[in-house]
Amino acid sequence: MATLATDLKIRPADPRAVAARAEAVRIEGSRLARSRWTPFVLPTLLLVAWQVASLTGALPATILPAPTAVIGVGWELLRDGTLLTNLSVSATRAIVGLLAGGSIALALGFATALSPGLRRLLDPTLQAVRTIPHLALIPLVILWFGIDEGAKVLLVGWGVFFPIYLNAYHGVTSIDRGLVEMGRVYGMGRWTLFRRVILPGALPSILVGLRFALGIMWLTLIVAETIAANSGIGYMANQAREFSQTDVIVLAILVYAALGKLADTITRLAERRFLRWNPAYGAR
Amino acid sequence: MAHPPSGNVHTLSLSQAQGGAGVAIHDLGVAFGSNRVLHDLDLAIASGQFVSIVGRSGCGKSTLLRAITGLENPVRGTIETDRGRTRVVFQEPRLLPWSDVRANVEVGAEGSVAERREQADHALALVGLSDKAAEWPARLSGGQKQRVALARALVSRPRLLLLDEPLGALDALTRIEMQRLIERVWLRQGFTALLVTHDVAEAVALGDRVVVMEGGRITRDVAVVAERPRRHGDAALATVEGEILARLLEG
Repeated sequence: MATLATDLKIRPADPRAVAARAEAVRIEGSRLARSRWTPFVLPTLLLVAWQVASLTGALPATILPAPTAVIGVGWELLRDGTLLTNLSVSATRAIVGLLAGGSIALALGFATALSPGLRRLLDPTLQAVRTIPHLALIPLVILWFGIDEGAKVLLVGWGVFFPIYLNAYHGVTSIDRGLVEMGRVYGMGRWTLFRRVILPGALPSILVGLRFALGIMWLTLIVAETIAANSGIGYMANQAREFSQTDVIVLAILVYAALGKLADTITRLAERRFLRWNPAYGAR
Repeated sequence: MAHPPSGNVHTLSLSQAQGGAGVAIHDLGVAFGSNRVLHDLDLAIASGQFVSIVGRSGCGKSTLLRAITGLENPVRGTIETDRGRTRVVFQEPRLLPWSDVRANVEVGAEGSVAERREQADHALALVGLSDKAAEWPARLSGGQKQRVALARALVSRPRLLLLDEPLGALDALTRIEMQRLIERVWLRQGFTALLVTHDVAEAVALGDRVVVMEGGRITRDVAVVAERPRRHGDAALATVEGEILARLLEG
């Protein structure tokens, strides 16, 4: 019993040993934290697992095709031009919808923020309209436009309108009033005041709105193209469904993901360029 | 003006202001709603004079300044001055964070792009910040920001410069440096200056006159007679400072 008791006795930890262990953990941790390959570990493992599962037949191609099959069909569609045609159709719809909805949203956001009269006139109605989920309009829009381009542009434009409108409005109203006052005292006219104080002051908020809008833009386009279109990436995926071409469907999903990532990267670069004065975006 | 063609050109361009503008305020009243902030206020400032206004918080001294710039609308009375050539240095620097230092100074400048840039560079040299021209305001210290704000005011060749507690947020040493800088550019450019402050020592150190405000009225108007540039710790200044402090504390 006595020996057992001594063995079990809790010894005070040697502080040097504790420090050494902590150091070891920290070095281990920092190697993981430092390596540029760390973020790629999980995706690579997943891809390998997926490929193995497909090859062994554990994952039937009717459920999910092998990654190599997706790459193969991607190459094929790229060569016969289908992918690029549909891609450019989808991208055009996205950009036209974004420009149309976004510019109206910016104009109205600035107008309601700068003019109390217009705010009273427009904002309550816009806020009420905002409660309508824009995808709920699809049946109506199809009745109006059929599967015309107008349908997609209207839906995308509607979808991107509200995040941009709300953030433009918020951006302008949150500008430091002292700066506006300074501009007046220093003789800035309306246009100069807008260009030098109000627009740059509202820009951080507008860019936040733009990032939200881009997410909604792709989402809207996917739904609209799946339901009512005869071209575009969403249409391509929906056609593939009829023939159980899971490889094409997965390819379409990946293309959408890549487009979303591309748009997000462009906004991030824009933020870094336009907000470089802001220490939060790492000046210079 | 027989200035040499080089070297001193900027002093020339910055001192072209047509002398200081006089200020004549008669029977001024300002109210926020039913709350009367200024009462029956009369104040005359001669062209080129440096006047300090001191008083406790809420005595109406900042409101007076804002009324002179036209940022507050008086309910009665008149203010005569050259408002088009009146510039303000605010308590906060109020720099545009998204414009670099030079562009911030150019806000006050006039003329073509090249002229504005040249004026801005000269004004920055005057306040000793030439090397910060391309910097973002966020990178500057409080004192440097206030010097940029001063350069922005100077570049517009003001005839009347209003200083609304511009040094309130600065540390003691920086304050003294800024006071000297303000006095130096005032002596050089000859504009009329009106400084609002709650620091009696500062008011006395800079003003030809110190106007004491209490409860929205002017209660004292003291001439400060001492040589320029003022020396910190001058005995004459200390006497005036003591008098005014005594008055403010008993009130």
